[in-house]
Amino acid sequence: MFYFILNRLIQSIPVLIIVITATFFLVRAAPGGPFSAEKNVPPEVVKALEAQYNLDQPIWQQYTSYINDLLHGQFGPSFRYPGRTVNELIEAGLPVTAELALYAMLLAVFIGVSSGVYAGLKPNSIHDYLPMSFSMIGICVPSFLMGPLMVLFFGIYMQWLPISGWGSTPGDKILPTLTLGLGYAAFISRLSRGGILEVMSKDYIRTARAKGLPARVIVFKHALRGGLIPVVAFLGPAFAGLLSGSFVVETIFQIPGLGRFYVQAAFNRDYTMILGTTIFFSTLIIMFNLLSDIISVWLDPKLRDQYRHNK
Amino acid sequence: MDNLIKSWVWLLGFTLITFVSIAGCSKGQSNVEKGNKHGILHWGNGTDPQELDPHIVTGVPEHHILSALLEGLVAKDPKTLQPIPAVAEEWSISADKKTYIFKIRKSALWSNGDSLTAHDFVWSWWRALQPKLGNQYAYMLFPIENSEGFARGEITDFSRVGVKALSDDVLEVKLSNPTPYFLQLLDHYSMFPVHKKTIEKFGKAHERGTLWTRPGNFVGNGPFILKEWHLFRSIVVEKNINYWDEKKVNLNGIKFHPIENVTTEERMFRMGQLHKTASVPIDKVKTYRQNNPNLIKIHPYLGSYFYRFNTKIPHLNDKRVRKALAMSINRQQLTDRVTKGGETPAYTFTPPGTLGYSARDAFEFNPKMARNLMSEAGYPNGDGFPVTELLYNTSEGHRKIAVAIQQMWKKNLGINIILSNQDWKVYLDSVNNGNYAIARAGWIGDYVDPNTFLNMWVTDGGNNRTGWSDPYYDDLISKQAPVSLDKFDRYTIMAKAEAVLLESMPIIPIYIYNSKSLVHPSVKGIHPNILNYVLYKNIRLDNTLIEKEMD
Repeated sequence: MFYFILNRLIQSIPVLIIVITATFFLVRAAPGGPFSAEKNVPPEVVKALEAQYNLDQPIWQQYTSYINDLLHGQFGPSFRYPGRTVNELIEAGLPVTAELALYAMLLAVFIGVSSGVYAGLKPNSIHDYLPMSFSMIGICVPSFLMGPLMVLFFGIYMQWLPISGWGSTPGDKILPTLTLGLGYAAFISRLSRGGILEVMSKDYIRTARAKGLPARVIVFKHALRGGLIPVVAFLGPAFAGLLSGSFVVETIFQIPGLGRFYVQAAFNRDYTMILGTTIFFSTLIIMFNLLSDIISVWLDPKLRDQYRHNK
Repeated sequence: MDNLIKSWVWLLGFTLITFVSIAGCSKGQSNVEKGNKHGILHWGNGTDPQELDPHIVTGVPEHHILSALLEGLVAKDPKTLQPIPAVAEEWSISADKKTYIFKIRKSALWSNGDSLTAHDFVWSWWRALQPKLGNQYAYMLFPIENSEGFARGEITDFSRVGVKALSDDVLEVKLSNPTPYFLQLLDHYSMFPVHKKTIEKFGKAHERGTLWTRPGNFVGNGPFILKEWHLFRSIVVEKNINYWDEKKVNLNGIKFHPIENVTTEERMFRMGQLHKTASVPIDKVKTYRQNNPNLIKIHPYLGSYFYRFNTKIPHLNDKRVRKALAMSINRQQLTDRVTKGGETPAYTFTPPGTLGYSARDAFEFNPKMARNLMSEAGYPNGDGFPVTELLYNTSEGHRKIAVAIQQMWKKNLGINIILSNQDWKVYLDSVNNGNYAIARAGWIGDYVDPNTFLNMWVTDGGNNRTGWSDPYYDDLISKQAPVSLDKFDRYTIMAKAEAVLLESMPIIPIYIYNSKSLVHPSVKGIHPNILNYVLYKNIRLDNTLIEKEMD
């Protein structure tokens, strides 16, 4: 297992280097600079600004000094927010986005797995069709529709829940969590239904049944472990996706998270911010993929054996 | 197996109950109710400010916060927009209108208790003009003698720039030309004073983004001081007890909410989270106008929505073609049915009513005359007119307008236009480099004077971007108008210039912007004006209003 993790970590280094280099040169190749504006910026002002951010140096020099900063853990100053460093902005947004993603993920796993397993245990009956129809709706309805609909119903008509903010009024975390989590719940529900269906027809389940084990033990002890492997494989990338893709939900609910930076930095040609968030998210995606692979290996005896022999 | 189902149902029920009980707890007082009780104004402010350094920032949200934290020599009366005393208690203007003497009031203090003197203004303007600082609004100071040369680095001796402290409380400002709008510029943030000791404590004067603008560090001279700055959550300012006019300040504080999404903002307003919004979603304008006309405020704004022509393109270099295109747009229909926000159709470039200046309508909607012009130009019924591209920056609003205009041109002139949209920065690049045929544009005036709309069209002006040039126009704007001493003579020259511009039509005016916002009835002291100018010290919250009025 140790070699497996080490191996994967070493593999991720060239991936990161490629991401950094490609992003660095691509953002500079995009038309329109960070300082262009509707009102003409006089050339002498542009020159002064470029000097302040080292943009007047040859591009290779900019690249090496950026890599140097990066090795010291510095993403550099943001162009859009002159008084803030990219590190500072990520630090400000990350806890909020991570909390939102975590709640959404817990909700998604809870609803998704329970409804998926439930449906998978009684396939092709009303117990299957009903949750699966709901999950189809969940997959099809995008969060930019789901969010406002929930706001309208729970917030404005029923006045049960606050409609904006994060941690400023009690209960304001519920609607964003639901909006972000339900789509993933639907997906997980389908995955776990499929997983359970497949596992339930396996020989070892039949053996367990033949031994006279109670249904609960069969499901929780034997079936879930194998049946949830596809879900676990999905969770890693999904969590990274939740972190980087919470932009829509953050906008609807006025949440001061990280998602917006990712999108806006690109629009603003905020070079350091684009690089900073891209590197940050790439690292996260690599880490979460690794994590879900580790759990899959741990859950799946076949994979485990494979790695044992390969080492 | 049934146990499993049961437990699942139980869990669901439990979640629902928790939900509703938390929901029950959350029904507290709204921001508006609490704010009215404690004198705190909740202000929807669009986006989070980029910075709070008045010599670096460029946006409207920054402007709102800075006007609460700092104050210039002169302010404006929100009703008439005429200059009123601020840091300067009085001023005099020489006969040639080129020398201004400001008397700084003795009671003017910085928020830390330091006294504010004429020297502070000299130092602040020196900083604002520092070439290394990269101040994009340095040009607001350019009416001052030799300031432009200093900002460009051609003059290095600041004593040659026309600003001098004659004593601690007398400031002399010399201008290159009589500039009737100079007093107006004094309450633009680029001319606000900044506290020298604080800035130098956190870095060099020309350094961008030092920590002097953070709460606890910021020293200002406005009616409020910076209390909290939670990135992307809120900025809180509270009453400055050292402000010279402190007794007249009604509010105890303002909370600025950065809300970028207008739909979210409107919902927050409806739930009583905001006293005032920065904007109103277009699709809600009609509903508010019908059901809650007392909440929605719409008034003309000092901005023009227009299309630029690239006059370097052969078929667009013919002014008959440009005029025909201008005359075949039904602007009334466009504002009534497409933009729907109560905008004013524009037949001049300068918005009407800029402190007494109003240009004469230069053309009208006349498809027949437009067709004749096209025939004269060699394109009868649009035959032979090259397929032309209309460029706009990606936005649903601009797209709708472009589609409508495309149809009007097709119907009225028989010509084919293709639409193309680009991301904002790419679009700016294309327009700047002349890589377009017809392009959407907008212009917001910096001050209330036709000059801010007309001087951009001089030959090779940085904001011209059409390739259009007319020596007579240049002469009117750059030579005759600046030396004119009489307001009405000057306006006549400006009107002549605008007539030249619109006769040649390198641009087509489409509509005059308006500002839209939702304001809670408890907010008093905000007056509609063309600049959307607010004097925060005048605002007060009426606590006697009950929430019923909102429904």
